[in-house]
Amino acid sequence: MTAIASNPDVTPELEHVKKGAFDFDIKAATKSGHILGLALIFVCLAGMPVGLNDRMLITPVLSLGYLSLLWLPLLLGWLSGNEKVLEGMATTKRGGRDIVRGALIGLIGGLGLSLLIMLLDWFDLRDPLVNWSPQLAELLHFDRSYAFGWFAWPILCATLGALGAGLHVVGPKLRKALVSTLLTVLTFAVFETFIVDIFDFLDDLIYDKQGGLTVISAIIIAAVSFALSLFGGGRAISGARASYRAATGSAKTTQTATLIFVSALALIIIPMVTGKITQELLANIGIFLLLALGLNIVVGLAGILDLGYVAFFAVGGYTTAVLTSPNRGPAWPEWFPTLPWWGALIVTVIVCALVGLFIGAPVIRMRGDYLAIVTLGFGEIIRILFLSDWLGGYFNAAQGITNVPAADFGFAQVKGTDPRSVFYLVLVFAAISIYVSWRLERSRLGRSWMAIREDESVAEAMGINTVNMKLMAFVVGAVLASFSGAIFAAKVGSIFPTSFLILVSVIILVVVIVGGMGNILGVIVGAAVLIGVLGGPKQPGLLAEFSEYKLLIYGALLVVMMLQRPEGLVPNVRRSRELHQDEFLQDAWLKGEVDTDDDDPGVVGDGPEGALA
Amino acid sequence: MSHMLEINDLSVTFGGLHALKDLNFHVDEGEIVGVIGPNGAGKTTFFNMISGMVTPSSGEILFEGESMIGLDPNQVTQRGISRTFQNVRLFANMTILENVMVAQHCRTKQGVFGSLFNTGAFRKEEQEIREHGEKVLGFFGSRLIGYRLDQPASVLSYANRRRLEIARAMATKPRLLLLDEPVAGMNPKESAELTELIGRLRSEWGFTIVMIEHDMNVVRDVSDRVVCLDHGETLAQGSFEEVSSDPDVIEAYLGRPLEKQS
Repeated sequence: MTAIASNPDVTPELEHVKKGAFDFDIKAATKSGHILGLALIFVCLAGMPVGLNDRMLITPVLSLGYLSLLWLPLLLGWLSGNEKVLEGMATTKRGGRDIVRGALIGLIGGLGLSLLIMLLDWFDLRDPLVNWSPQLAELLHFDRSYAFGWFAWPILCATLGALGAGLHVVGPKLRKALVSTLLTVLTFAVFETFIVDIFDFLDDLIYDKQGGLTVISAIIIAAVSFALSLFGGGRAISGARASYRAATGSAKTTQTATLIFVSALALIIIPMVTGKITQELLANIGIFLLLALGLNIVVGLAGILDLGYVAFFAVGGYTTAVLTSPNRGPAWPEWFPTLPWWGALIVTVIVCALVGLFIGAPVIRMRGDYLAIVTLGFGEIIRILFLSDWLGGYFNAAQGITNVPAADFGFAQVKGTDPRSVFYLVLVFAAISIYVSWRLERSRLGRSWMAIREDESVAEAMGINTVNMKLMAFVVGAVLASFSGAIFAAKVGSIFPTSFLILVSVIILVVVIVGGMGNILGVIVGAAVLIGVLGGPKQPGLLAEFSEYKLLIYGALLVVMMLQRPEGLVPNVRRSRELHQDEFLQDAWLKGEVDTDDDDPGVVGDGPEGALA
Repeated sequence: MSHMLEINDLSVTFGGLHALKDLNFHVDEGEIVGVIGPNGAGKTTFFNMISGMVTPSSGEILFEGESMIGLDPNQVTQRGISRTFQNVRLFANMTILENVMVAQHCRTKQGVFGSLFNTGAFRKEEQEIREHGEKVLGFFGSRLIGYRLDQPASVLSYANRRRLEIARAMATKPRLLLLDEPVAGMNPKESAELTELIGRLRSEWGFTIVMIEHDMNVVRDVSDRVVCLDHGETLAQGSFEEVSSDPDVIEAYLGRPLEKQS
């Protein structure tokens, strides 16, 4: 501040603070180093390096096992250089200082691994720690001597930390190119199964026979993507995005309509050209998207934290199975009909709505934590009822209901062995659910849900029958989940109680939270990212190799999101206002939109001109 | 003649505490009644009880001849009694227009079917809700309309939040309006302006008004009748002059005069 005061000619934005190579917060860097060391040891003991070592990314240089360690120093090196730049604040000049810091962090982290190597050598802790194995030790010292490992890791991690931090030093254009090159190569390597599934011919072209990119093809891909991102690739996309943002009124409506039309067209065409694995993946995303859209109405709009949402999925699945399968329990009476899938769907929707009413009626009068716990209980009760011997005659208890026939539409059969048909069916219902969510959000009902979420007692005092409105949200959510259950039954062909664990509720909730609560697009993105990349409770995603660590990654992701971006990937405008009230008000103040207590009621717009536009 | 709102022998107890004790009160159509009293006198409890948020332990509340005991707050609003809150409680993350639109919930009826199929009736009703909302906001001059309509309520200044709260209560189309300290925190000029608006609420909109207020200038200027509460009991009723010169009221506000030392 004194610099600004004494030198009024220098605007603060232009001034850089110059510092020497070692002039940084050593304490903070040491702390990051320790975090890195702990993270590396944790990953080792979670078993990732050994478990994933057979999966080659670039044959024979890099395996997924090593990658699970190597990305950490790179990321922490990069993060250490991040600084929050506020308007009017002086920025520090980038240079050797950042690289030294990155290297220091990497060095400390690498020393952590050296320590682990020594401990692995001296002690046998395999009993409590299942991954404390000779294989891990071997992997960590690169199949050479122990001493090699001790020195290799600190040097390797320091180099990676320096490289990560070095990204701050190079210009923004080069940084972008480097990052996108790295990500492109990794995408090609990690998603091999899917890329081959979509583009057959690439199999022999760029991938090794044992799996993984060949070194040459990795270099070619890197070079091409580097050149593309450095010389104008991606500019078209960012230009289009800017013009979309700038558009207003009818132009925006046209552009949005075009965007929706193009994405719908793409969704219809993509499964035609891809292989079964991708179709299966898309179908799974769709099934969970349906659930997430329903939960979004309950949690995102009406603010009812329902932790037992899987109950409606289960009821939907079982009702469809009972109505269509010849293997339903023996206790059903003779006259009980067997319906085609679409007939069963109608009954399923009605049954789910009734179950929603039945569960909702007692639950909905509670608030907050109590409500969450009770819904959690009901979610489990429903599953245990299906599992019980008491109703075993109807639902076959643990044996489940098998032989659920395909959904027959005359012109097409939707069954699990044909994931493409499942995907198209899901697509139809996803479109319906999106339409329902979109319409309801912008209606009298949507407004009353928002009011209830904001302040329930005031909403009640303003004439909203909160019990009825919340119950309605609950029932709409249940109906959307019933679609998913019905499709799931036809897809899998058999229904077991284990398909409806509490984990399903948790994962759907995570999808909604990470995607962006209360935002339809957010929920779609959340489902695509989480279910698509990580996979559902039992369904593999793109990162099928990580399925063993799925819950670990889900948990870590949730923690990071809650700390860094609690409003989700694509936030709902109201939620982000709520979560960032101070920043929002500051922005409004900077733009002159905050209102002052004017005394003259006749003046139109006490904000500046810009606020009117 | 029967009163618009009639309260007979009404008591509210929280545990052993008598928040209100054997209260008798009435409002006639078209009146503006000021409720005064020191802090903790039971004024807000009195409002909470009329609006259904607190259930009285005994006594009766008659609104236009019908008993209001046991009704939920939303049913009370439905019958035509609307209120504001002492500590402003807006739907802060909803826009200003949405705040007044959502308050018309109990006067409208379109449900799931209308919203899903965007029926003519649905569009007409939405249009009406919007128009009524803008009309209500327009009552406060240009402060809450124009570019402000689509801004969240949280950007509003304190005085404008109070105005929006009154607008939201007006949007429920009540016949009786309960205002809980409408000018609290406003400067003299703003409160003078609002005092005038409260008068117009009756003359232009036809509302009957019960108002809790500490600002005696406001109470004097608009009230036809003043009721003073203390310790949950009615201390005095009548015109402002009568009540303000009542020795019990003075005692409640200022304390007992010192006995002559001897």
